[in-house]
Amino acid sequence: MRIQKLIGTACLLLFIQTANAQTDSLLNMISDSQAVHKKTMYVAGTFKAIHFVNMQTIEQPAQGSMNFIIQHRFGQLNSGAYNFFGLDNATLRLGLDYGITNRLAVGVGRSSYLKTFDGYLKYKLLRQTDGTEQMPLSVSVLGTISSYTQQIVAEPYLNANYRTAYTGQLLLARKFCRKFSLEITPTYLRYNLVPTVNDKNNIFVIGSGARMKITNRTALNVEYNYLLPNQVVSYEVHNSFSIGYDIETGGHVFQLVVTNSQSMTESQYLAQTPGKWSNGDLYFGFNISRNFNITKKAKASSW
Amino acid sequence: MKKIFLIGLALSLYINGYSQLYMTRTGYIGFLSTATLENIKADNNQVYAVIDAGKKEMAFILLMKSFLFEKELQQEHFNENYAESDKYPKANFSGSYTGDVDLSKDGLYPVTVKGNLTIHGVTKAIETPATMEVRSGHLLGQCVFTISLEDYNISIPAVVKDKIAKQVTITVKIDCTPK
Repeated sequence: MRIQKLIGTACLLLFIQTANAQTDSLLNMISDSQAVHKKTMYVAGTFKAIHFVNMQTIEQPAQGSMNFIIQHRFGQLNSGAYNFFGLDNATLRLGLDYGITNRLAVGVGRSSYLKTFDGYLKYKLLRQTDGTEQMPLSVSVLGTISSYTQQIVAEPYLNANYRTAYTGQLLLARKFCRKFSLEITPTYLRYNLVPTVNDKNNIFVIGSGARMKITNRTALNVEYNYLLPNQVVSYEVHNSFSIGYDIETGGHVFQLVVTNSQSMTESQYLAQTPGKWSNGDLYFGFNISRNFNITKKAKASSW
Repeated sequence: MKKIFLIGLALSLYINGYSQLYMTRTGYIGFLSTATLENIKADNNQVYAVIDAGKKEMAFILLMKSFLFEKELQQEHFNENYAESDKYPKANFSGSYTGDVDLSKDGLYPVTVKGNLTIHGVTKAIETPATMEVRSGHLLGQCVFTISLEDYNISIPAVVKDKIAKQVTITVKIDCTPK
């Protein structure tokens, strides 16, 4: 009897096992088939927002969506208790970014620092692919133009041409894993007018930024722009270094930042940052961005 | 004793039955979240599905990143914050169905599907009514059921609780051909 029972149980076990194996084999079958017919997937969400702090990331609005950004910097932290450690003062940039296509974005901005207007065009050349490593990097090109309109009584000769500067940037980014992304940005900066003959009109900067995710909705950003030496000689300049903390809630990204650059326009923070971290010339501030979908077709197509 | 074993073995083989496979690589699975402020809809037309009409078993598999949303940002948030598609790239189902489907005769057959659904690395048993249709050699399947995101460890933060429903409705439509 005992042996019979044992065999019965064995049979039952065998039956259950084969049944399980069968179902799993169906799953394995389609899983294998899926692996064989694998399609190219592009990496998304390399960074949370369009800016690290001041520098642009490779992110841009999708086709038909508009991004509104408020960049706000308080005054200098070391300006004393009388100025409430900088909180009495503020510099502001308002910006609009729009996705013409999923690859081409355009943006305009107005900054209170020297009453500066700026505009940019950004084009996504290459997109990093998932897993299969066909394309290890995402590459975008970014061209900006800026012009400050602050009236300077002592320098009446400053016409619009003199006040204008351009930058051309190549944004090379890679999302290494879920949490960590890095960007290197070789930058060409052109000033139409520089203070002395010893200063260069054509300036080269190497920008870099990194993002480390803390949780799914928060991330730490670091940005460093290295101004190659002997280009700006007539005034004190330091490399722009900024740290930011991203908090994302739905269509908003809120970034708390600390930086030694007061201005938020490429042509100004890259080669006109007088502040130094070690002196406490720091500006506390934030960026708030809000995404709007303008067209009905603001759709994620298969790309 | 040996006889009983052999009979048992034969029986288990018999119950397992013969295979009759129907398959697709372009099945559809979509979901809809209906919340106070926003309805979120996503479609995935790259679902792999196989039905063994002989053994009455079936399996589904899909890539989370293949869900397409109306808004690009929703899609990014879905993959980055909720489904965590880098960590859990696939969702799958494997199970069986009860109900008679006469493959030789075109028609609509109600069935009950039962099995294990794995999303976001969490496996849960589900059971749902569904229909199967035999139409000119194809085997079509259709099903609508609801899952609770909490069951699959997908948490919705308080700030977006008016935008994302706790329960989402899943629609499955597949058109399988004999393999």
